[in-house]
Amino acid sequence: MITKRIIPCLDVRDGKVVKGVRFKNHKIVGSIVDLAKKYSTEGADELVFYDISASTVGATVKKEWVSKISDVINIPFCVAGGIKSIDDAKSILNLGADKISINTPALENPKLINQLSKEFGSQCVVIGMDIKTVDNKDYLFAKTGNETTAHSTGINAMEWIKEVQDLGAGEVVINSMNKDGMRNGYDIKLLKKLSSVCNLPMIASGGAGCKEDFISVFKETNVDGALAASIFHSGEYSISQIKSSLVDKKINMRI
Amino acid sequence: MTVAIIDSGGSNLRSVAKAIDRLNKSYVITDIADEIIKASFVILPGVGSAEIVMNELRKKNLVDVINNLKQPVLGICIGMQILFEYSAEGNTKCLGLIEGDIQKFDESADLKVPQMGWNKVTFSDQKLKKFNNYYYFANSYYSSIQKHTTATSEYGDIFTSVVEKNNFLGCQFHPEKSSEAGEYFLQYFFQKS
Repeated sequence: MITKRIIPCLDVRDGKVVKGVRFKNHKIVGSIVDLAKKYSTEGADELVFYDISASTVGATVKKEWVSKISDVINIPFCVAGGIKSIDDAKSILNLGADKISINTPALENPKLINQLSKEFGSQCVVIGMDIKTVDNKDYLFAKTGNETTAHSTGINAMEWIKEVQDLGAGEVVINSMNKDGMRNGYDIKLLKKLSSVCNLPMIASGGAGCKEDFISVFKETNVDGALAASIFHSGEYSISQIKSSLVDKKINMRI
Repeated sequence: MTVAIIDSGGSNLRSVAKAIDRLNKSYVITDIADEIIKASFVILPGVGSAEIVMNELRKKNLVDVINNLKQPVLGICIGMQILFEYSAEGNTKCLGLIEGDIQKFDESADLKVPQMGWNKVTFSDQKLKKFNNYYYFANSYYSSIQKHTTATSEYGDIFTSVVEKNNFLGCQFHPEKSSEAGEYFLQYFFQKS
């Protein structure tokens, strides 16, 4: 059967990999191509490249980086950041990306999901969901790349996840804004709730701080992959270390 | 010695090209019959759907060209699926080079569709066991075990991950995205003549 996936994420702003806490106070952590190459060699199952400045200023992801990364890695590669049309998606895929992840443009124009899926196949279309839980309700946030533009859309995550499935999405990334950069574990409660209504591959994001966090997210929920940034950027754990501790716990991994 | 990558209109030809580049082989991305016929190796990639790729090949008058190729041909993902007779995706008549049909994974069977990620591939021939490994898959449609299946994987059911008949080789996974395992598999293809 298919293995669980470990997915490092490169959040990029102005040509550098950055990392914030709860989507704020971003600091530079390294160079794009060096980190991409390192993670690919260490056994990452996939790489996510997210241009966090793109959606907030209405631009598309910087294309030069997409081709530079795809030239140095031989694992699947997902690109996110301000992709608003079929043409945007086509140019990103032609530069070597395998999937495109959309968040704000999907919320603003849900039909885009259907159009992308028809044109490129559902396996290319990932929906990023930035979710903040307030009073036990889970709301979708848009334009989250910058603290001054991030805002709640008032859309309920349970409803949205059902809608994106019907529209032909191929995968969802569940990013808990309450947990992002906190390094105290994935949002197990949210992931359990959403996976009960989701028949698509689901990726957990936000909160990984130690190897136990990966073990619990795979033991306690049925997510297909775990995305993480700070824990790998800091150099504290390598991807292969995380994977071998998961194998020890009988979680199916590619090593 | 040139590798022709058939431009069937889909995206993501660059990844396939880069993988070939890493093996120090020269390639051309083309939809010109003459260039395809003259190449030493032909790769039929495919992203999108069987319907879109077949329509594109018909529009470009490449169906007969492909069916008459004598050199080694590798179909990747949708490119493998269209080697068969028929695909349920868009009710599409395919190239018919290999006996068998393509069907959709059963979503009702508690299976997440598309299959997305690394799955284990097992070859049946002893000589090919060295290629047993994890490869990257991203597909909603599949072929069950057919006469010419040479490797299998499991997703709900056992399905065909590699098929081979005469000079036509097909893999359901993406070797260009399957790290070192994928590179070895491409080398296996390039050893053929």
